[in-house]
Amino acid sequence: MADYEPLILAFCCHYCAYAAADLAGSMRLQYPNNVRVLKLPCTGKLEVNFILAAFERGVDGVFVAGCLEGGCHFLEGNLRARRRVERAKVLLSEIGLEPERVEMFNLSSAQGPRFAEIVNEMTTRLTELGPSPFRPPRGAEEGVREMTIQAEANLINTTSECR
Amino acid sequence: MIVANRKTVPEIRDMIKDHERVLLVGCGTCVTVCLAGGERETGILGSALRMSLKLIGRGDVVVDECTIERQCDDAFFDPLASHGAEYDAICSFGCGVGVQALAERFPNTAVYPGLNTQCMGLLESQGVWAEKCAGCGNCRLGEFAGICPITRCAKRLFNGPCGGSREGRCEVREDLDCAWQLIYDRAKNIGTLDKLEKIAPPNDWSTALDGGPRKIVREDQCIAGMGPKA
Repeated sequence: MADYEPLILAFCCHYCAYAAADLAGSMRLQYPNNVRVLKLPCTGKLEVNFILAAFERGVDGVFVAGCLEGGCHFLEGNLRARRRVERAKVLLSEIGLEPERVEMFNLSSAQGPRFAEIVNEMTTRLTELGPSPFRPPRGAEEGVREMTIQAEANLINTTSECR
Repeated sequence: MIVANRKTVPEIRDMIKDHERVLLVGCGTCVTVCLAGGERETGILGSALRMSLKLIGRGDVVVDECTIERQCDDAFFDPLASHGAEYDAICSFGCGVGVQALAERFPNTAVYPGLNTQCMGLLESQGVWAEKCAGCGNCRLGEFAGICPITRCAKRLFNGPCGGSREGRCEVREDLDCAWQLIYDRAKNIGTLDKLEKIAPPNDWSTALDGGPRKIVREDQCIAGMGPKA
């Protein structure tokens, strides 16, 4: 697909990746503009259903970016996130999607260039994999926006009320 | 606590794929605690199944989720009662009791298990559960220093250990403690080694599943005139 540009959702930790993305901007670094950032207070906040919710809404890939191992503001949030990303990979395989569509990265807030590198790396990988089969005809932007609003209200994929 | 683990996504998908509207019902009790079938896990499986169905061309199957407080008690089914009938299949993320309770409550709806119920167990460490009770209906833990040889000895020996006990481990699996080593050590600690001198008689298995499915009746708790179901 010649005009295919993957849409990536990045779950970024407030203390590192989010600041690194900011730094990348301040440094005027160029990286693909197809990444949407969802800020988490710590990647330990990430749950497997956040990742699945993103794929269900049609994003082509997801990456989770937390602090360097040993450097988590909440001690082990990034280590928990890594385990959850691993579990999401297992679930994606069972669903029939490529597990490479989700990845965990670690970086510090001083690594603006690394943030740009990660976006480039994921974009290349997802371009090779092709579009997600769940991509809505009008693109996944709307779903991602909706999910961001739900994330702020802490309402991603909750099932407490019987529908 | 009842410990279960989930079936794989393709397994559940193949059970429900020929229906039109499927309700995934989570349970808020044991299986929530063992991270198999609570609200979060049901949500995850809901997402996964919707995507998996789409990939096999059955994206038109409606998959909704709902988690109730407890599936092993009819009183908690009220939140489901009003709209449960809108679905032609229900997939339970409770234990086997929950699945059957749903089947009784919705006699005209197909009901499927989303979990494999494993055992009655104890949280050993984070993410690890170990079987502790076989529910044999005739508890003799008092004779064995509080460690159950039925559940924890691979041979279910009442007068152990056997020759397969090696340095406190069972010959069946390297990670398995020899129940009789545990019984001996604990009896020694609490000063009841003499109890182990006596030959333990065989168990009365008629109180276990061998006597057919069990029914427990507390007459004083039965509502007058509404004794146990025949």
